[in-house]
Amino acid sequence: MSGNSAHSVVEPTTTSKTVAGFLVILYALITMIPLFWIVITGFKSPPDSISYPPKVFFEPTLEGYCNLFTTRSRQTREYVEALGPPEGICDEITRKRQMVIVGDSNYWPRFQNSLIIAFGSTILAVFLGTLTAYGFSRFKVPLADDLLFFILSTRMMPPIAVAVPIYLMYRKLGLSDTALGMILLYTAVNVSLAVWLLKGFIDEIPREYEEAAMIDGYTRLQSFWKVVLPQATTGIAATAIFCLIFAWNEYAFAVLLTSGTAQTAPPFIPTIIGEGGLDWPAVAAGTTIFVVPILVFTILLRKQLLRGITFGAVRK
Amino acid sequence: MAEIRVERLHKTFGDFVAVRQSDFVVDDGDFFVMLGPSGCGKTTTLRMIAGLELPTSGRIMLGGKDVTNQRARERDIAFVFQLFALYPHMNVRNNMAFPLKAMGMPRKQIRERVEETAKLLRIDHILDSSVSGLAGGDRQRVALGRAIVRRPDCFLMDEPLGTLDTEFRDLMVNELRDLHDRIHATTVYVTHDQLEAMSMADKIAVMNHGIIEQFGTPDEIYQHPATMYVADFIGSPPMNFVHFESGLPPGGARISLDGNAVELPRLIHSADYGKKALGVRPENVLIDDSSGLRGAIYGSEYLGTNQVLTIETSHGMLKARVPSHQQFSLGDNVGLGFMTETLSVFDADTGRALATERTPPTLRDHYHG
Repeated sequence: MSGNSAHSVVEPTTTSKTVAGFLVILYALITMIPLFWIVITGFKSPPDSISYPPKVFFEPTLEGYCNLFTTRSRQTREYVEALGPPEGICDEITRKRQMVIVGDSNYWPRFQNSLIIAFGSTILAVFLGTLTAYGFSRFKVPLADDLLFFILSTRMMPPIAVAVPIYLMYRKLGLSDTALGMILLYTAVNVSLAVWLLKGFIDEIPREYEEAAMIDGYTRLQSFWKVVLPQATTGIAATAIFCLIFAWNEYAFAVLLTSGTAQTAPPFIPTIIGEGGLDWPAVAAGTTIFVVPILVFTILLRKQLLRGITFGAVRK
Repeated sequence: MAEIRVERLHKTFGDFVAVRQSDFVVDDGDFFVMLGPSGCGKTTTLRMIAGLELPTSGRIMLGGKDVTNQRARERDIAFVFQLFALYPHMNVRNNMAFPLKAMGMPRKQIRERVEETAKLLRIDHILDSSVSGLAGGDRQRVALGRAIVRRPDCFLMDEPLGTLDTEFRDLMVNELRDLHDRIHATTVYVTHDQLEAMSMADKIAVMNHGIIEQFGTPDEIYQHPATMYVADFIGSPPMNFVHFESGLPPGGARISLDGNAVELPRLIHSADYGKKALGVRPENVLIDDSSGLRGAIYGSEYLGTNQVLTIETSHGMLKARVPSHQQFSLGDNVGLGFMTETLSVFDADTGRALATERTPPTLRDHYHG
């Protein structure tokens, strides 16, 4: 247990623990650099963001965030000067660039699309996955192994392989550029993961609990609801995070199948154009905001997430 | 409370026959134990009575009502699982209230009933604790509490003491029997432990390979085993068998072992010539130096008030239970005698006992099946 106890065969030595800890921290720092760069770029002015050599020290500005949420129009100096006092900080920043805010940008609607589609498909995938996993876990399903393999095999091909057929199918069905279409698509992809993860969790819950509940006077569905589900919450939470992360970050299908009303944030962010090309601070600001929900979610549920990853490695 | 009647009960899983054409009746208020090694079909039988498995064929009657194809929740039974199956996300009180909630009992009445039951089992002080922190004995009591709180027609218990320490187990054996004597509910109890069975049961069924080998009181099963399997399974050490070949007339007979006459108990029917076995409990083997039947001490096991001697004879090893103050050394040549009235005689080919005049009349038909 402690460093000064007798030499243990299974317990690593203090030195190896220190080295391991140092390596993990180093690796974490390296992987954090891009994220850090995105966050600071969001607070740079457009010239600072593309200056060479790159600037680590700069004068922070909210210009990126203002540009992210607004559309602006260039006006003559006289017109801008003739306006009344600026309303809010963004108005002030925009006027310095000799422009006026003419409306909201599409970022917020796109962000909302992302929320609806990601959470919608996650809820649906976890719901279907839980029922399917319970069925496979508790009943004698004919060809169960083959069916489970078939369910898993949908994950084995690269999404781009089915991109064209899905594109054509969605156009025919009128699902192109609809939230429903995207929810169905992400659910289809996630349900295989959900079934496999949840089956493992549900297999671990002894059948005796349901049998006890059924003898205590409940139907199978009531037993499932009152006894199995409360014990599967860890598994359900872990599965939900994995599904959410996929649906939230998905880019390829989103580019292909959404363009307007149902467009999610990932394909929208890189299209934020400023003067003379991409508006990098606005892109970085959009990315930063986009990362926040998943970051919060992951931190809140990190224990379940870890249990999902190491599932099966450690027995209770 | 109810009588349990099982008729021609049969259960197969694919090609495997788990329970073969079983018949038995558990009288109202009896403590009935199904005893047998693992895989003998005792748990499957219990689960069919509970409604957790449906029989392949046959009939189950609870209190005169045919419940063969009813679901578990439609039968008025309670089940205690081997691993207790206490709902881990509920505290003790909610675990015990769970079956009452299913009945739609008003909340106030549930509260009263749970507290009353908890008092009976002396677990009222832990009603509000979580079940995960409980000690084995307390978990057992909560599982029992959840079973009796509903006051069902009968209790079914699947090796409920299997996971407890020996010390706790003895305590719980007494508690279970006490509880039964107080509430007189028909109880079916499954175990592989003959001591549990012997100390608690009113009636025992010894099962093997899906067949009920013998159904009777603990005393009948010990003193009058119906088959060689039962004779061998019950008792520690088990019954000795001395094999011989002979035909036997009804009434008294003598057989010769190494030229020494051994008197057999009086048989009711004659038996054709064939392989037979004489069954003798270790405590009924007498060390008798005047006897011509001799053997050499091969080993001894000291058990406090008595000792178990292993004696090598020309008929194989015999075990004898004798008082521990008698001194023997390995290799000692001793004479052996059997108490005639305690002997069992088996047809070694069928494994069945031959009815003797001391066989209780109720068992005689069963013997010569």
